[in-house]
Amino acid sequence: MFTELLGQHFVHTALLAGAVVAVVSGAIGTFVVTRGASFAVHAVSELGFTGAAGALVLGVDPVAGMIAGSLLVGGVLGLLSLRGRERDSAIGAVLAFGLGVGVLFLSLYQGYATEATNLLFGSIVGVSDRQLAVLAVVAVIVVAGIAAAYRPLLFSSIDPEVAEARGVPVRALSVLTFLLLALTTAEAIQVVGVLLVLTLVITPAAAAQRLTANPATAILLSIVIALVATEGGILLSLQQPWPTSFFISAISFAAYLGARMRPWSL
Amino acid sequence: MSGERRAVVEARGLRLQFGERLLWDDLGFDLREGEFLAVLGPNGTGKTSLVRILLGLLTPSAGSVLVSGREPRLARARVGCVPQQHAFDPDTPLRGCDLVRLGLDGHRWGLGLRSRGADERVRRALVDVGAAGYRDVPVGRLSGGEQQRLRIAQALVSDPALLLADEPLLSLDLASQRTVVDLLDRRRREAGTPVVFVTHDVNPILRVADRVLYLGPGRWAMGAPADVLTTESLSRLYDTPVDVLQVRGRIVVVGTPDDEGVHHHDHAHAGSH
Ligand SMILES: Nc1ncnc2c1ncn2[C@@H]1O[C@H](COP(=O)(O)OP(=O)(O)OP(=O)(O)O)[C@@H](O)[C@H]1O
Ligand SMILES: [Mg+2]
Repeated sequence: MFTELLGQHFVHTALLAGAVVAVVSGAIGTFVVTRGASFAVHAVSELGFTGAAGALVLGVDPVAGMIAGSLLVGGVLGLLSLRGRERDSAIGAVLAFGLGVGVLFLSLYQGYATEATNLLFGSIVGVSDRQLAVLAVVAVIVVAGIAAAYRPLLFSSIDPEVAEARGVPVRALSVLTFLLLALTTAEAIQVVGVLLVLTLVITPAAAAQRLTANPATAILLSIVIALVATEGGILLSLQQPWPTSFFISAISFAAYLGARMRPWSL
Repeated sequence: MSGERRAVVEARGLRLQFGERLLWDDLGFDLREGEFLAVLGPNGTGKTSLVRILLGLLTPSAGSVLVSGREPRLARARVGCVPQQHAFDPDTPLRGCDLVRLGLDGHRWGLGLRSRGADERVRRALVDVGAAGYRDVPVGRLSGGEQQRLRIAQALVSDPALLLADEPLLSLDLASQRTVVDLLDRRRREAGTPVVFVTHDVNPILRVADRVLYLGPGRWAMGAPADVLTTESLSRLYDTPVDVLQVRGRIVVVGTPDDEGVHHHDHAHAGSH
């Protein structure tokens, strides 16, 4: 039964989509965690949900709506480049309102309720070839963005004061980080859903940072953890009737727990 | 010490004003190679703003400033900065060598893959400040004093023509304060790199400062420490009688307007702790 499933085209598509999303999530996560912007990830993903719900109402592609919604909030958050408590409360306010609007859109939407459920909880096994192609293109953009700006991104997210003094455009990089995060989030929503984006964007990066202080190694480890979680989650859900998102978050969390308790260092 | 040394900073007629509030006016000075300039003054008198002007991050309301003969914005690559010590998160994914490396090429685009030359410069910068042992240690696990050593290595690794330090001694114990001051002092003696050193407490830098710039409310005074840090000069600056006392070789200023009340911050002026 299991081996039969492994031969199916939709399973291959799901595994590929999972891999693509894991790579971008794991990579951007490191910069988000060092900025202390985990909460922003949640805001960006919920506003992605609002965008998708709005698109459903308008009868356009929900993925486009999701990307638009995430990019809008990401851009605003990056521009504000708030810090500390001010950022927390601003994000909380925006997030709550955005979600309220999303609820309104859903009530206006006359189509299948499963579309909405998929947005919230993910639908990796339903990914089409066309979706996979979009995922791959967006992923290439994100990875290229990170590679091109790697050093100043790291500098400005960990050490903004000195980075600014050295002439690093910290504000522009804050916008860039949040825009890349927005694209990543729109990707991750399609795999794990709005409510579980953190499990791919934050948890693996946080675990990796417990294991190594080498920034490049931390990014690679974060990608590996995200990969193991998504691929493992997909494979497990083929054998068990439980949701893929559950398995993904469970593996990701197990890696985090392990990293917190590890007695050794890399 | 000859008077022929090159001026690295040339400030002329600087004015700092935010809205109606004038912080200082007509501030002019030359900072020559090898000089150690201490910038003192109570909170909110524009010490950090002066540093930002020297970095080209803030435009003065009037006047001009040149760093190495160029506009500050264009000279940034030649300026080293030592910030206030602030605790890195314990999980910050950065080792000592990574922090220093950022000072060398963190502002450049691209991945910055391994380079023998860069590695060697980072190694030498670490050795120079006695931080070779922190090379592979996560910065978040180092003490404040150890972090400041790395900060100095980070500022020096690019071989700057000017060093700016904004309150680098804050929250350091006396031994660490001494280390930081000595490292910067050694650099300006050996390489001639002038130092602008912002500090609340004058005492740690009394031994090394050639000149003091004291920013007061709406006024400023500049000169040798022995001339500026006197009862007369600071009374004129604050426009109210203050006393400059020598207690066991330390300087204490009492009677400044912000010295009143029970809940004041006791480091609001030169040397009260
Ligand atoms: N961009 C700005 N717009 C308006 N006011 C500003 C701006 N930047 C600084 N100020 C004000 O100018 C004053 C001087 O600020 P600055 O940070 O330079 O003081 P400081 O001497 O470094 O103080 P501290 O000892 O507390 O570090 C402060 O009152 C601050 O509020
Ligand atoms: Mg200041």
